[in-house]
Amino acid sequence: MANRKIVLGLGNTLQTDEGLGVFALQALADHLGEQDQVELLDGGVLGLNLLPLVEESSHLLILDAADAQKPPGAIIELCKEDIPLYSGVKMSQHQLTFQEVLGLALIREKLPAQLHLIGAQPADLTVGYGLSETITAVIPEMVSRATAVLQSWNLL
Amino acid sequence: MAERIVIDPITRIEGHLRIEAELDANQNVAQAYSSGTMVRGIEVILNGRDPREAWAFAQRACGVCTTVHSFASIRSVEDALGIQIPKAANLIRNLMIAQQYVHDHVMHFYHLHALDWVDVVNALQADPAETAAIQQSISPWANSSPGYFADVQQKVQAIVDSGQLSLFANAYWGHPAYKLPPAVNLLATAHYLEALDWQSHVTKIHTIFGGKNPHPNFVVGGVPMPIDLNSDTALNASRLSIISDSIDRIIQFVDQVYIPDVLAIAPYYLEYAGFGEGLGNFLTWGEFPDVDHKDTSKFLVPRTVIMNRDLGNIIEPDPNDLDLMKEFVAHSWYDYSNGDGVGLHPWQGQTKFNYTGPKPPYDFLEVEQKYSWLKAPRWNEKPMEVGPLARVLAMYAKGHEGAVQLTNTVLDSLGAPVEALFSTLGRTAARAIETKIFADELRNIYNNLIAEISAGNTATFNGDLWEPTSWPRQAQGFGFMEAPRGALGHWIVINGRKIENYQMVVPTTWNASPRDHLGQPGAYEASLVGTPLANPEWPLEILRTIHSFDPCMACAIHMVDATGQDLGEVATGLNVCTF
Repeated sequence: MANRKIVLGLGNTLQTDEGLGVFALQALADHLGEQDQVELLDGGVLGLNLLPLVEESSHLLILDAADAQKPPGAIIELCKEDIPLYSGVKMSQHQLTFQEVLGLALIREKLPAQLHLIGAQPADLTVGYGLSETITAVIPEMVSRATAVLQSWNLL
Repeated sequence: MAERIVIDPITRIEGHLRIEAELDANQNVAQAYSSGTMVRGIEVILNGRDPREAWAFAQRACGVCTTVHSFASIRSVEDALGIQIPKAANLIRNLMIAQQYVHDHVMHFYHLHALDWVDVVNALQADPAETAAIQQSISPWANSSPGYFADVQQKVQAIVDSGQLSLFANAYWGHPAYKLPPAVNLLATAHYLEALDWQSHVTKIHTIFGGKNPHPNFVVGGVPMPIDLNSDTALNASRLSIISDSIDRIIQFVDQVYIPDVLAIAPYYLEYAGFGEGLGNFLTWGEFPDVDHKDTSKFLVPRTVIMNRDLGNIIEPDPNDLDLMKEFVAHSWYDYSNGDGVGLHPWQGQTKFNYTGPKPPYDFLEVEQKYSWLKAPRWNEKPMEVGPLARVLAMYAKGHEGAVQLTNTVLDSLGAPVEALFSTLGRTAARAIETKIFADELRNIYNNLIAEISAGNTATFNGDLWEPTSWPRQAQGFGFMEAPRGALGHWIVINGRKIENYQMVVPTTWNASPRDHLGQPGAYEASLVGTPLANPEWPLEILRTIHSFDPCMACAIHMVDATGQDLGEVATGLNVCTF
């Protein structure tokens, strides 16, 4: 049943670089054009609502802002085994991280067979629509790495 | 010297909702302060844009509650321009709204709130046969065999053995305030996992009506999906049957799992019927309108203000009243052009940031000064609680048959008086009560929709006023929405066919509001006073009350922590300071 091939762009587009995954997804869509096999989906910050999508996927490529304590604009690429799965005490249902969604998929034994994350260290998280110059400059690199991952999965 | 504890679970990313509580000598909360520590400036982003596209930005303000902000936004534009949507479109919207409540409340209960009451690790001590006997005695739900619960137990054991227990999002296992016997802990843990399966089936209503998922489409003037029983791309017979099946699943889970679980767990925590109340003032904007959204007499959830618990004297608030509906910023990091002592109606609202707080990282907020990014909304200069308890009280006071009956049944089964509703437990019970009311209402709305379609009333969009040239130069409107967390309002001012001002007052702005110009605390702040803490280093009791409100915070930042180094800090996520 789990046979969808999904590229999921994550982030809040109202907070500048927080939304870089969503903007990178749009750039990837423009680059790839119409696709038969791969679905390009804007996951925003829907949290737990994304669990069904994750569990229906055989291949899942995530584009997201990532905090690796690196300089702004640094590209961060994580393979399945490297993505930390956890959560913590939370105040709000809305605080659920995407790693927790992946963690829930793991304990339900429905984690996608192929899972990969391409992210970038954000430069600016203030309120506003659109990306910082630093991140705008690395979007093409994210697109080319995403394309390479999809090719390695024989989906293009 | 007073001890002050701080709960700020994600300081690593500068936090969202922060609670500071001062304890008295007996370890009861003497004063509490609630702070939104992250700015949300949607208003700044929307000014100058086309009102018809406002929903697409507004839905990202809370990335989780996309539906409620979209509806409030398009309703505000329709109100401003005098657009009435077709009957079928209104029914479709009401279906989506009712589904949203049920989905949201069930997930809140099992994935946030239940873990305050249910000790997952303790479920390992349970005898599965005993859990099965309890399950069979409280509901006809099919997953009730000893073997089924033994399987769940094994799954939990595997998680514990693998060291991934933090996936259950709680660091309080073993806290003395957990009171459930192992068999009930196992029951609730099983349903925590089942709720995840259930949610994937119940979101189909939104996928179908919104045309795409995630982030369904919305449109000013109706709904984006046409009705045509003979078309593959419209709302047709096969899609209607998927929706009908989805409604059956929703009702079954609520009746056979959620409500019985709440009633099975609550008796162990009856002391929570004795504190956590807070203000005693409640506000609803109301929900489930007929086609004329101004006709509040048709609402299922009435538009009400209740003051000082007085259910015999309910008032209908006018959201457009410039004198009564105001936001204050005396303790909020904003500047008003006329000074901090005055309040402003949202149509006149200003969003000028003025952060005067300490430079992070800091130990404590300066609560005598400004201390929150949330404004302090007030009705008639009084703080209000919004949410399920406000809605159930409003329906109860107005004599809604289902609300009265369900509320009395719940109170009877707990042996509690009506006053018990004004509490942490009452809030949690009210959420379950309204879930049952709205789940049943889903079936009514669906039947009404089928009747409209059968009568040939299939229009879903009114485009008479779509073109901006047909609009007045100036207009202002109010878009209401009873979001799962409570009364949500979007106020819009349109000038020259563009947005001139846009202000949202969201449920958590009411509930988590800081003090106001008169020093009156907000709902969270008031609700925590008097809460006894068994162990101030693990303030589970505070989390229980805050979670009972279902905070809408932390929506916005979700960055992946790619280093993995902060795991311990995040899993604990708790600073305890003494001064």
